[in-house]
Amino acid sequence: MKISEKFNELKNKKEGALIAYICAGDPTPEATKEYVTALVRGGADIIELGLPFSDPVADGPTIQAGIERALNAGMTPDTYFKTVGSLKVHIPLVVMTYYNLIFKRGLPKFVKDCAASGISGIIVPDLPAEESVELAGFCKKYDIDLIFLVAPTTTESRMERILVRRTGFIYLVARLGVTGARADIAGSTRELIERVKTTTPKAVGFGISNGKQAADIIRAGADGVIVGSAFVDIIANGKDAAGKLEALAKELKDGIRAAHG
Amino acid sequence: MKQELKSTKFGKYGGQFVPEVLMPALEELTEQYEKYKDDPVFNEELDYYLRDFAGRPSPLYHAKRLSKEYGVKIYLKREDLVHGGAHKLNNTLGQALLTRYMGKKRIIAETGAGQHGTACAMAGAAFGIKTEVYMGAKDTVRQRMNVYRMELMGAKVIPVKSGSQTLKDAINEAMRDWVANVETTHYMIGSVVGPHPYPVMVRDFQSVIGKEVRAQIMDKEGRFPDSIVACTGGGSNAMGIFHPFIGDDVQLFAVEAGGTGMKTTDKEALHSATLCAGEEGVLHGARTKVLQNKYGQILESSSIAAGLDYAGVGPELAYLADIGRIKPCNSMDTEALAAFHDLCRLEGIIPALESSHAVAFVKKAAASGELGDVVVINISGRGDKDLETVLGVRHENK
Repeated sequence: MKISEKFNELKNKKEGALIAYICAGDPTPEATKEYVTALVRGGADIIELGLPFSDPVADGPTIQAGIERALNAGMTPDTYFKTVGSLKVHIPLVVMTYYNLIFKRGLPKFVKDCAASGISGIIVPDLPAEESVELAGFCKKYDIDLIFLVAPTTTESRMERILVRRTGFIYLVARLGVTGARADIAGSTRELIERVKTTTPKAVGFGISNGKQAADIIRAGADGVIVGSAFVDIIANGKDAAGKLEALAKELKDGIRAAHG
Repeated sequence: MKQELKSTKFGKYGGQFVPEVLMPALEELTEQYEKYKDDPVFNEELDYYLRDFAGRPSPLYHAKRLSKEYGVKIYLKREDLVHGGAHKLNNTLGQALLTRYMGKKRIIAETGAGQHGTACAMAGAAFGIKTEVYMGAKDTVRQRMNVYRMELMGAKVIPVKSGSQTLKDAINEAMRDWVANVETTHYMIGSVVGPHPYPVMVRDFQSVIGKEVRAQIMDKEGRFPDSIVACTGGGSNAMGIFHPFIGDDVQLFAVEAGGTGMKTTDKEALHSATLCAGEEGVLHGARTKVLQNKYGQILESSSIAAGLDYAGVGPELAYLADIGRIKPCNSMDTEALAAFHDLCRLEGIIPALESSHAVAFVKKAAASGELGDVVVINISGRGDKDLETVLGVRHENK
């Protein structure tokens, strides 16, 4: 499913999107299949599946640990595409990974493999707009969205450069820092949402872990909420992870729905 | 040959592969560096610190006994005599001064063996700027004296317990800190690696080495050397001595760490010879040569010299190697150790194990005649920090 179709569908229902991140292969490829199903049951609208890289500079300790578990379990790009291809879900899937894995596989092959395994979007946290021209070309060819991040530090001139290239949705980094669940969402979120002037859906990530925060983000004007570390934390704890993932997804989605009520 | 600051690349290498959060900081740093790099007041102040604080110029010493032993005329560029015992201070003084001109209040840095961290602590203390240094937890144990040195000078050392707990993890963690505190903090990268403008800026600050050599060798020999040899990890001492000679008819040898052999597994390399054996990739913000497996996962490198133990290399070196302007080569741990002892015994100079790799290459290559008649070796640091390592090897061999 295309990301834009999903957002249109949600728009008609007057609902925000829940975008859930987990790292593929954490702790095993089999578990990933089970967890994705659980997240979908809980109400996730889009799933970001991390492809683990050895040096994840944009990730905080929680997701780093998930990435390490996945790498230790032997997750490779080959296994990743096989796992993703075997998922039976009817929502958009997005791959999140670092540029060296894409570069090493070869840009055209990576994007082609994404298309073949049913992935609709790519997020590369260490690929700013300036360096993205080549990858964007292949994404266009295979009809895959390349999703860019904007941050509170993003200047007006950079904002223009990024918005020109936007596809899928815009990933708004809610506060400075790496990924990780935090108790309060930075006040800069609302301001940032207002600064990103586009009709393309805006999803806010970094630091969201409960239904109330999710509702606040939607009320601040976001079209979607991205949650990662809170899910990865559940996987780290292990016990009844699938049930807890589903329950958290449900809480977050309920919060998102309540925001429009 | 001059790399314009406007371009972020050296051929296809370099660039800025960092999270969006950092891009404005890199743009600001580029702008500020451009503003001050040719500013007379900035340079006068930097020259003052290089001279009166760091002790520059460092001597170019004709090593007569080593020359005789190796069969080629050898000059040593004595960066081991710079304050702190290594070339690292050239860069940290420049960046700390820039930090002050930019009005930032805090310096963060990564360090492997602790040399760059120590140089940061010195510069931070000299300029009165709060300094925090990320260091792999394993390295804090292996190099505890350097940890203590940094602490004595008021820096805070933060042990990094993620990943392999070495240099690359310290870089990852420093980048994460910078992502979170970019508005108040300057990230002081210690080598010619990372995103633009670092490879250009660090090279420029280190170029004082090569500029001095140009004048000193003309004074002593009336001509340029046939070859310049420098050890290469990230490559800052190499770029520092090479750069002023890029347009001249002088051979430039970048000597990497051959470790215990030029072999790799799926997770690690037995060496750190990135220019010799790495493949193109993107690491720590730059496109360059990288030690990686077939999927692009970064390998854990290894070397007896902690300062060479890095899976990447400066993008300009990757470029210069591709176009054939520099010659990448390597020395193994055992060869570096032998050269270390040669220099101690014949010249009364205890070199860093890093620099010993360059000496070892000259020992191997002199006989073939490929180095020519006059060679300059960059002795990038002194070896006092390595005595425990050297002693350890001696015990193993007993």
